[in-house]
Amino acid sequence: MTQTNRLNTGGRIDRSQPVTFQFNGQSYQGYRGDTLASALLANGVDVVGRSFKYSRPRGIVAAGAEEPNAVFQLGATEATQVPNVRATQQDIFDGLVAQPTSGWPNLNFDFMGTFSKVFGRMLPPGFYYKTFMFPQAAWETYEKYIRKAAGLGRSPRVKDADTYDHMNQHTDVLIVGAGPTGLAAALSAARAGARVILADEQAEMGGSLLATRDQLDGQAAADWVKATLDELAGYDHVQLLPRSTVNGYHDHNFLTIHQRRTDHLADKAPDNISRQRLHRVRAKWVLLATGAHERPLVYGNNDVPGCMVASAVSTYINQYAVAPGRRLVLMTSNDYAYRTAFDWQDAGREVVAIVDSRHDVSGRYQEEARRRGIKLLLGQGVIEARGNKRVDGAVVAQLDPTGDKVVGGGRVLDCDTIATSGGWSPALHLSCHTGSRPVWDDEVIGFVPGKTVQQQLVAGAVAGTFTLNECLKEGAQKGAEAAALAGFPSQAVKTPSTEHWPEAKPMALFCVPHKKRNSRAPKQFVDFQTDVTAAAIELATREGFESIEHVKRYTAMGFGTDQGKLGNINGMAIAAKSMNKTIPETGTTIFRPNYTPVTFGAIAGRHCRDLFDPMRYSAMHEWHVKQGAEFEDVGQWKRPWYFPKPGETMQQALDRECLATRESVGILDASTLGKIDIQGKDAREFLGRVYTNAWAKLPVGKCRYGLMCHEDGMVFDDGVTSCMGENHFVMTTTTGGAAGVLEWLEFYHQTEWPEMEVYMNTVTDHWATMTIAGPNARKLLSELTDDINLDRDSFKFMDWRQGTVAGVPARVFRISFTGELSYEINVQANYGLHVWEKLFEHGAKYNLTPYGTETMHILRAEKGFIIAGQDTDGSVHPYDLGMSWAVKEDKPYSFIGKRGMKREDCVRDYRKQLVGLKTKDPSIVLPEGAQAVDDPNHPIPVPMLGHITSSYYSANLGRSIALGVVKGGHDRMGETVYYPLTDGRVVEAEICSTIFLDPKGERQNV
Amino acid sequence: MFYIYCPYCGEHREEEEFHPKGQAHLARPENPDECTDEEWGNYLYFRDNPRGIHHEIWVHAIGCRKFFNVTRDTQTYEIKESYRMGATPEVTHANDPLS
Ligand SMILES: [Zn+2]
Repeated sequence: MTQTNRLNTGGRIDRSQPVTFQFNGQSYQGYRGDTLASALLANGVDVVGRSFKYSRPRGIVAAGAEEPNAVFQLGATEATQVPNVRATQQDIFDGLVAQPTSGWPNLNFDFMGTFSKVFGRMLPPGFYYKTFMFPQAAWETYEKYIRKAAGLGRSPRVKDADTYDHMNQHTDVLIVGAGPTGLAAALSAARAGARVILADEQAEMGGSLLATRDQLDGQAAADWVKATLDELAGYDHVQLLPRSTVNGYHDHNFLTIHQRRTDHLADKAPDNISRQRLHRVRAKWVLLATGAHERPLVYGNNDVPGCMVASAVSTYINQYAVAPGRRLVLMTSNDYAYRTAFDWQDAGREVVAIVDSRHDVSGRYQEEARRRGIKLLLGQGVIEARGNKRVDGAVVAQLDPTGDKVVGGGRVLDCDTIATSGGWSPALHLSCHTGSRPVWDDEVIGFVPGKTVQQQLVAGAVAGTFTLNECLKEGAQKGAEAAALAGFPSQAVKTPSTEHWPEAKPMALFCVPHKKRNSRAPKQFVDFQTDVTAAAIELATREGFESIEHVKRYTAMGFGTDQGKLGNINGMAIAAKSMNKTIPETGTTIFRPNYTPVTFGAIAGRHCRDLFDPMRYSAMHEWHVKQGAEFEDVGQWKRPWYFPKPGETMQQALDRECLATRESVGILDASTLGKIDIQGKDAREFLGRVYTNAWAKLPVGKCRYGLMCHEDGMVFDDGVTSCMGENHFVMTTTTGGAAGVLEWLEFYHQTEWPEMEVYMNTVTDHWATMTIAGPNARKLLSELTDDINLDRDSFKFMDWRQGTVAGVPARVFRISFTGELSYEINVQANYGLHVWEKLFEHGAKYNLTPYGTETMHILRAEKGFIIAGQDTDGSVHPYDLGMSWAVKEDKPYSFIGKRGMKREDCVRDYRKQLVGLKTKDPSIVLPEGAQAVDDPNHPIPVPMLGHITSSYYSANLGRSIALGVVKGGHDRMGETVYYPLTDGRVVEAEICSTIFLDPKGERQNV
Repeated sequence: MFYIYCPYCGEHREEEEFHPKGQAHLARPENPDECTDEEWGNYLYFRDNPRGIHHEIWVHAIGCRKFFNVTRDTQTYEIKESYRMGATPEVTHANDPLS
């Protein structure tokens, strides 16, 4: 195909650089500087998609972010697929591949089309809402097809080929939009010396100045744009970000800018360049110069390809040298849009007529139209477009002076393009993101940004200032004001001016009436992307949806990926009219982030794959990896889970590790346990307040186990704390709870007891911790230390000693989580691997066996030791756990948790209590979470007694063991409960002590 | 994302460095053991949910680790002030009822 609609001269495209791209499987040519939309229009491509609900052919209607129809799937390969790309904002490059997303399976026939033809009138608004939402399960089935048919695009099925990054920035003034207003503002702020970021969503900065034929101070507007940008680029404190959409305005002047760095170059970014960047900007002051979107008028069949927004037609002609048709009918409610007819005519095309809804209007624009010999139809409107895949006529009729009804006529004008303008809607989306509600302005005939608590100024069209001269002036002023507010006293720069044609008063017209009432008229589309019509909105109001927010949800207006940029105001006007209200009476319009769709890549930045979340490794991690350990995540830590030997199953490895530990000696990397160093003269009293048990008399050199509860009396962490000196303790916490415990301790110290002299800090990473456990632990350790007396009566259970192990300084704690003779060796982390390897050198003859978290869990469960967070869940107090020995009630200070565990509900009978459970069949390992019942044959609902919290196969005992909570369990020893499982089996189990092995604790006292 | 002034560091820092810790100025009862269940329950569970001025505790978790108070408007999310533990707020619902 050739570029039939390309003009021979003009525009900002580079005719010396042809570009070949593909759309819908077909190859096309455009020029460098074209957007995908301008190139398709140049090639005479009318239909770019099918509509969501009615499957109607759709064409390009706009030239910017507001485009609802030309939203494509991009990507030449599976890895480079990008959904929801607006063709109006995508530059073409050689090799670009675009697919329409609507109209699956293809543009000429599709699922929804057939569906809606067959069911025709069964698709009123609210159809999806009413039909597909119930039942929920059915929705899941429909949704897959509807999403596909609805043209929402798809994500790539393989890993993204590109990288993305984030940039955190601070700036004095962030200016959003580089049209005339934004450029003038940037000049003022930059000259004042303020740090300025100027961001604009289009490929080239300049906004409307790139497409205007107005001159500034007698020169082409584009020359002023260039001079301005040159000056700005020369300042070190100014950052120019083209192709960068400010898509979110968040609290406290935090804004996100989605910069497309290479999307205009190639399908995949060049090597070593991130494809897109998300700027996270904290701005002292923000100036919104986001301009306005022209509103199309609503009329019958206004979605036929060839129906466009007036200013878009001018943009295509002036900026891209594309006249998207031959014979134009322009319909307008204002003077400004006349320019489109003049542009069209000057491009050498025929203007069939200007249809102006106003009756009495005469001024410079009308004079000019007459001078040019353009037919002017006043007091009339295009009530209906004719044509199927392209406009072939416009039905024009006489309107009454208010534009409420057709009063006569109805002749057809032969044309292929209908451009309309109902005025301009300020692009105030960003101002809404932090909750500010727009306010209606009758002068503007639109919403303008409302009151805000942000450090935000607005200027230009977004503020309802529409003429070029005023935009430039206001931009310069507000730019200076923003700089001054940010601490850079400044003056507005002098701006150039253009000859201004006075404009007659525009008319507030949104929906052009038809001879038939709207429900009988040809469809009058309000929101193209969601196929919402004027009749649908009227139906919604008739069905009682009076708030515009409800109307939107009922009809789906504004719920497309374009957020109804073109249609929302028209929709509100139609709703208001049908309820005999004013627009502000129906509510206001609100927009939420993001302004245009953002790729997940840009949101994730580098926070993906290995960098998704920080990972923590112990000093011995590499050794574990070399030994073939399987790992599990505990918080951010990678902990060895078990150490399988070649050919071993997991259970075989666990059995071997468990037996070796109890028969000889095993070793656990316990470095990840939280360690908090606590010092100060009140440290001991502090411990007494935060632990449930007593600390007043713990001597130096001794260790003690403690439980921590919240104020509600429920256990949340536990660990061993050791007395290092009279005013010095080291507390250990669970691996996952460490950070939370430290913050909790600080909370009480800083907010409740600031008078206490106590200091604490995390020392978790300072130490490598290895626990050797088993009957041969002492023998092994004695080979590595000569300055610690390991004699059983000297270095007793729950003692700790300072000394040397494997030649390095060490703290050795004789504590046990296995019930075996056990030493926990702590050395400075950098020595960890050295000591670990020394232990293995000497441990070989004892069959020293490394074990991971799973064997640790089994060995402690054999002894009935709890794991906070596994055997407790925030509803379990120490008495429920049978740990009354760990609560000292007569401490002078009412420790945290004491009052809580005395509440009525905490002291009642029949609470869920932790018990041991032995299945009748010793080979069955109950699933954790299984629910206990007394009578499995009880009719539903069966009273439930509690659940299994820990469950394992114990090789040492030759049977399964479990811990669990059972109502009143402590008084039910020896009784039977049943666990009905999801697979239908019912497992019988006997309630027993939580201590399955060595109930007297003899093994650790050797 | 909030921009929070830490009264101990003397700087504004990003919200990512802080953790919210709930309503401020809730003193732990002097004698918990003498509280009725209802009194203890009120201390444990009942919190204000104002539309407007709210005093709340934050901790500069990834900074100085200090707890401090913030007066925040729950409607606009404006932070009116940050002040140290033990200090009294300058902006209160009584003197700024409209925000
Ligand atoms: Zn701080």
